[in-house]
Amino acid sequence: MSPDISSLVESDRVAGTLYTDPDLFEREMDRIFHRTWVWVAHESEVAKPGDFKTAWIGRRPVIVSRDRRGGINVLLNRCRHRGASVCETPKGNGNGFTCPYHAWSYALDGTLRGIPYPDGYEDVVEKKDLPLQRLKAGSYAGMIFASFDHGIEPLEDFLGGARLWIDRFMKQGAGYPVKVQGEHRFRFRGNWKIQLENTTDWYHFPIVHRSWMSSVDAETASMLSIMTDERAVTHALGNGHSVSVSVAEHADLDVDDGTEKLQDRFSHIVEELSKDMPPEKVRRIVRSLHGAGFNLNLFPNVAMSMSFFRVLRPVSVAETEIRHVALGLDGGPEIVNRERLRIHEHFQGPFGFGSPDDAEAWNRVQRGVTGGVDMPILVNRGLGREKPNDLGQPTSHATDETGMREAYAMWKRMMTDGE
Amino acid sequence: MASDAPSTAAPATALPFDDPRALAAVSLIWREAHLLDARRYEDWDGLWAEGGEYVVPIDRETTDFASTLNLVFDDDRMRRMRIERLTGGFSISAAAAARTVRTVSRFVVTGREPDAIEICSAQVLVGYKREETFVLAADLTHRIVWDADGPRISRKVVRLVNSDDTVTASGFLL
Repeated sequence: MSPDISSLVESDRVAGTLYTDPDLFEREMDRIFHRTWVWVAHESEVAKPGDFKTAWIGRRPVIVSRDRRGGINVLLNRCRHRGASVCETPKGNGNGFTCPYHAWSYALDGTLRGIPYPDGYEDVVEKKDLPLQRLKAGSYAGMIFASFDHGIEPLEDFLGGARLWIDRFMKQGAGYPVKVQGEHRFRFRGNWKIQLENTTDWYHFPIVHRSWMSSVDAETASMLSIMTDERAVTHALGNGHSVSVSVAEHADLDVDDGTEKLQDRFSHIVEELSKDMPPEKVRRIVRSLHGAGFNLNLFPNVAMSMSFFRVLRPVSVAETEIRHVALGLDGGPEIVNRERLRIHEHFQGPFGFGSPDDAEAWNRVQRGVTGGVDMPILVNRGLGREKPNDLGQPTSHATDETGMREAYAMWKRMMTDGE
Repeated sequence: MASDAPSTAAPATALPFDDPRALAAVSLIWREAHLLDARRYEDWDGLWAEGGEYVVPIDRETTDFASTLNLVFDDDRMRRMRIERLTGGFSISAAAAARTVRTVSRFVVTGREPDAIEICSAQVLVGYKREETFVLAADLTHRIVWDADGPRISRKVVRLVNSDDTVTASGFLL
């Protein structure tokens, strides 16, 4: 199959078939998800030796584990004998992984340790030849990525211009390491790229999330007055990544000119923390409660969105799983971590005040596009005002579609490379 | 009274037919199910005691809801905001809510106090939206209290069988 893929993505539009064509989906799995760096975990999820979690790269199940020497391993969740998955526990701590079928057992780093009744394998199998398939793993600022391509460019190069924003995102720890506090999981009937676009789409926010906006206090609603804030900008960061700034005064949480009033909704936290913390530290923590003031979209599967991670998993051409990962302060005040959980619950998940409306909009896109695949999807908003910033990054207003154009340029490059 | 224990671990007694409060509690729970299926959320709000707690946890085993991430963890204020969201006309998912039909049964009384009763039950909800029919099953735990106006819900915990997996829900309440 050699479809004319380059014609499907133009600078201001993409073909509707990008959401509906099963052949394109298969090609995306092979050429994007099974080759590039894909986010699989945060280091806090595998903090101690023996810790593990399961994850997905495209449609392939993997295990992320921390071995006894402290190394991080990403392993295909498939026994080398007859192919059974060796771990169906989403997270935990153990000494390794034993296949349930014939009890082949593997160490945390994937080494094949034991085969029951080994006499049948004499002169047939050497254990050292059959470890779990090992992926290339890399970590930046606690974000663990993996790739099936051992010859892939270094993770730091792949992240490129996004690294500055990853560093800034982690500043919401306010002096504490950021940790995972749980996650919401749901699915929607629609293509994965609809979700990829959404994290860099502030245009939809006041419309789709009107019911959430009306349920929060006026200060929080006003904080997100993106439509009229000229400092709300979006930058294309290269390699499909982009960032869109929603709350400019929180883009770098270390920068504080002292004029910002702490929100009244957090006054109980200020009072509690002030009992044994200096005012500067209290202010630094409370200013960070809504997270960083931007959404960082990392191609192809993870976004660092204000106070949480949004992880997508393509299930089929028309179905996508979403995880909204709640974050907290590792070793930080309990009252702060609880408040962050409540903020997360308020918006996210299948019963949140925000996610269900997103999912409804995404499903409507899938249904509408299926009815008219010959018409293009427009990603041209802001083309007339897009200009390079000091770093040469295409920059426009946060409600513009600069980030989507960046993602689709990367999609086109990966889908057509070498042809 | 083991009001905090997960339903699976709580001591179970058969529905005590000699205690009229048990039958009143079951009647209230059935009425609640009817109101939720009918999406009569303002009426549903009237079933709650002041200070009520409405929880749909992710971790089926936990009782420390405040320290963990939940799907729903509502006090009175959040519950009323949730009702406003579902009835206010500004939520596209609420406007396109799935139709639901739920059955609540397998009642077991797990605690009795002079002014309160705790009752566990099974809920099977069948939903329908856009060519798709789906099932959500859950263990329910209600704490029902009595005041001058009769029985009220003071706590409801909905433990979905698939709470830590993907959950399909759109515009309705459990």
